[in-house]
Amino acid sequence: MAPVPYKVGEHPDLPPPVSVTGPLAWLRNNLFSSPTNIVMTLVSVWLLYELIPPMLDWMFFDAAFSGENRDACRAQAGGACWAFIAERFRLFTYGFYPAEERWRVNLAFVLLLAALVPVLYDRLPARKIGLYYSMAFPLIAGWLLLGGWGLAPVDTDQFGGFMLTLVIGVTGIAFSLPIGILLALGRQSSLPIIRLFCVGFIEFIRGVPLITLLFVASTMLNYFLPKGTVFDLLLRVLIMVTLFASAYMAEVIRGGLQAIPKGQVEAAEAIGMKYWQSMRLVVLPQALKISIPGIVNTFIGLYKDTTLVIIIGLLDPLGIGRSSLADTKWTGLHNEVYLFVAIFFFISCFSMSRYSLYLEKKLKTEHDH
Amino acid sequence: MRTTKIIILGAILALVSTITQASTLEEVKARGVLNCVVTTGLAGFAAPDENGRWEGFDVEFCRAVAAAVLGDGEKVRFVPSTGKTRFTLLNSGEGDILFRNTTETMSRDTDLKLTFLPVNYYDGQGFLIRKDSGITSAMQLDGASVCIQTGTTTELNLADFFSSNKMNYEPVNSETNEESIANYTSNRCDAYTTDASALASTRAALKDPSAHIILPEIISKEPLAGAVRHGDDNWTDIAKWVVNALIIAEELGVTKANLHDHCAAPGDNPSINRLCGTEGNMGAFIGLDAQWAVRAIDNAGNYAEIYEATIGPNTPLALERGLNASWKSGGILYAAPIR
Repeated sequence: MAPVPYKVGEHPDLPPPVSVTGPLAWLRNNLFSSPTNIVMTLVSVWLLYELIPPMLDWMFFDAAFSGENRDACRAQAGGACWAFIAERFRLFTYGFYPAEERWRVNLAFVLLLAALVPVLYDRLPARKIGLYYSMAFPLIAGWLLLGGWGLAPVDTDQFGGFMLTLVIGVTGIAFSLPIGILLALGRQSSLPIIRLFCVGFIEFIRGVPLITLLFVASTMLNYFLPKGTVFDLLLRVLIMVTLFASAYMAEVIRGGLQAIPKGQVEAAEAIGMKYWQSMRLVVLPQALKISIPGIVNTFIGLYKDTTLVIIIGLLDPLGIGRSSLADTKWTGLHNEVYLFVAIFFFISCFSMSRYSLYLEKKLKTEHDH
Repeated sequence: MRTTKIIILGAILALVSTITQASTLEEVKARGVLNCVVTTGLAGFAAPDENGRWEGFDVEFCRAVAAAVLGDGEKVRFVPSTGKTRFTLLNSGEGDILFRNTTETMSRDTDLKLTFLPVNYYDGQGFLIRKDSGITSAMQLDGASVCIQTGTTTELNLADFFSSNKMNYEPVNSETNEESIANYTSNRCDAYTTDASALASTRAALKDPSAHIILPEIISKEPLAGAVRHGDDNWTDIAKWVVNALIIAEELGVTKANLHDHCAAPGDNPSINRLCGTEGNMGAFIGLDAQWAVRAIDNAGNYAEIYEATIGPNTPLALERGLNASWKSGGILYAAPIR
């Protein structure tokens, strides 16, 4: 075979040999590169083989999707009984919210999504107007959910299920960030009273478990307040959850603040910026960017902590699930309930985590080293 | 200056007026709703149905009290509680009354400052165990792991039973009944212990009930009763006599169906007349009107009707009346007369 002629310096790029690219090579490099690796791969494959088919069978192929009660389910198939979740879906979603008023919850949810868009994405036409709407949203949602001014009033003890989780989670998240920023700045303040207050607050709240705070909110307050004082239980919970998350948030943001060299503040002062200007325009944008993973971590923690409200008698999805299991028609279907609630929480928390990754990538200004 | 004084005076007056203690009855009436502490969920006793409406034996007693006091059995706000939080919720004023399959004990009555209402269910603690374990008596449980709920009398009874029989056990704790059952079904414990009423329903709900047996020993007395907090005797009386009225209605054969026939006009039986309020006015003694018992019974019927509808032989729980039959038919359910 005659060599293909080519000019000096113009040798064509040949594709890499099959042994270093393609699926086979990938398998060899990643799964079968050493004896340990080979053993690990085989064990993993065996585990997956043992676990996944029975799980799929239980969840889908052997599952019953309709039926009046547990026994009807079991008569149909040996797997999961999703009829239970289907029957209870509305209870899981709205809790004890009156049936004829549930459109208000739906509307509030749609408006929540609309309010999130301008906050989460900055490349939006007329974003400023959208942000004003987002700021007004808590009032609109409060009116929709609680009623008054033309809507039938609904007591907060009728809140429950996913709706309750969202109310507590969104309120906590929305208010803990600004309060946390203020606390973090206060902790570094040169004014002793402010600094002492912030340090005291943060250390006290961080030193007490959330469950204790909730318990205080739910029962102890009644001992202290004059008898007959009506102080809405959900409001107490919202305040406690927000304060709790704020204290953690403050420490996360303080970490970010400390990563900003002092020279930046000095430079800002040198060009005549006041304290708030230098914070708003120079320090905080950088500090918050650094703190994103920690902030989202706190958000996710807070969101999942909402399940603790069961001890004070509010029924979040987990609480609704437990109560539903006590229905004589459906007792014994624990796996279905816990799996269903787990999926809900996973979807919520995973989306938060993906958004934070997106934000980190978008805000990345340094070059990779 | 003067306006400041007036404002301060007004603030003090407002504070004083809120501190002045209203009686529980007045508070409930002003609020228009009865706060009733129930369990977060126990089959047959209290659990929300698919529409979020609470159903069950305990729930109907709450509704009966609300009907007597407020005239409407639906005017109840249910406060779900775990075994640990129930008494705190009642004592802090978050609940006005408690019906939460709660065992009456001396320490709860005295140390926890509760006043118990007449017993509405006589229970006892038993064991559920897998048949293939080969165990047929609780005396063979030495070294077994046992699933229990924390903060309950069953936890204490279990310790007493094992120590008095010089046996050892390993507790597997959980917060709610449902978690205990989940622990038991996933083989995390050898035996599951709770009140016999709950054991029967638990066994019926298991995948293969015939693979499990309830051991013959009943190791404790569990008189389940409602409760109110110390300090308001009138409220205690109201709650107590509503429970008694439901029991007495069964003794007298007054049911939801024939209630209005009996109570339309004074009849021949003075006991029924007093219950109906057509003879004398017993309601005045407890700060209610003469029709209080009629409304309580009209809610879900007398004791027997409530029992049959929620936990009786025709329900999935299938609990026989047993000890809980009226004293007239061989049980020990015996209420003081209304006179």
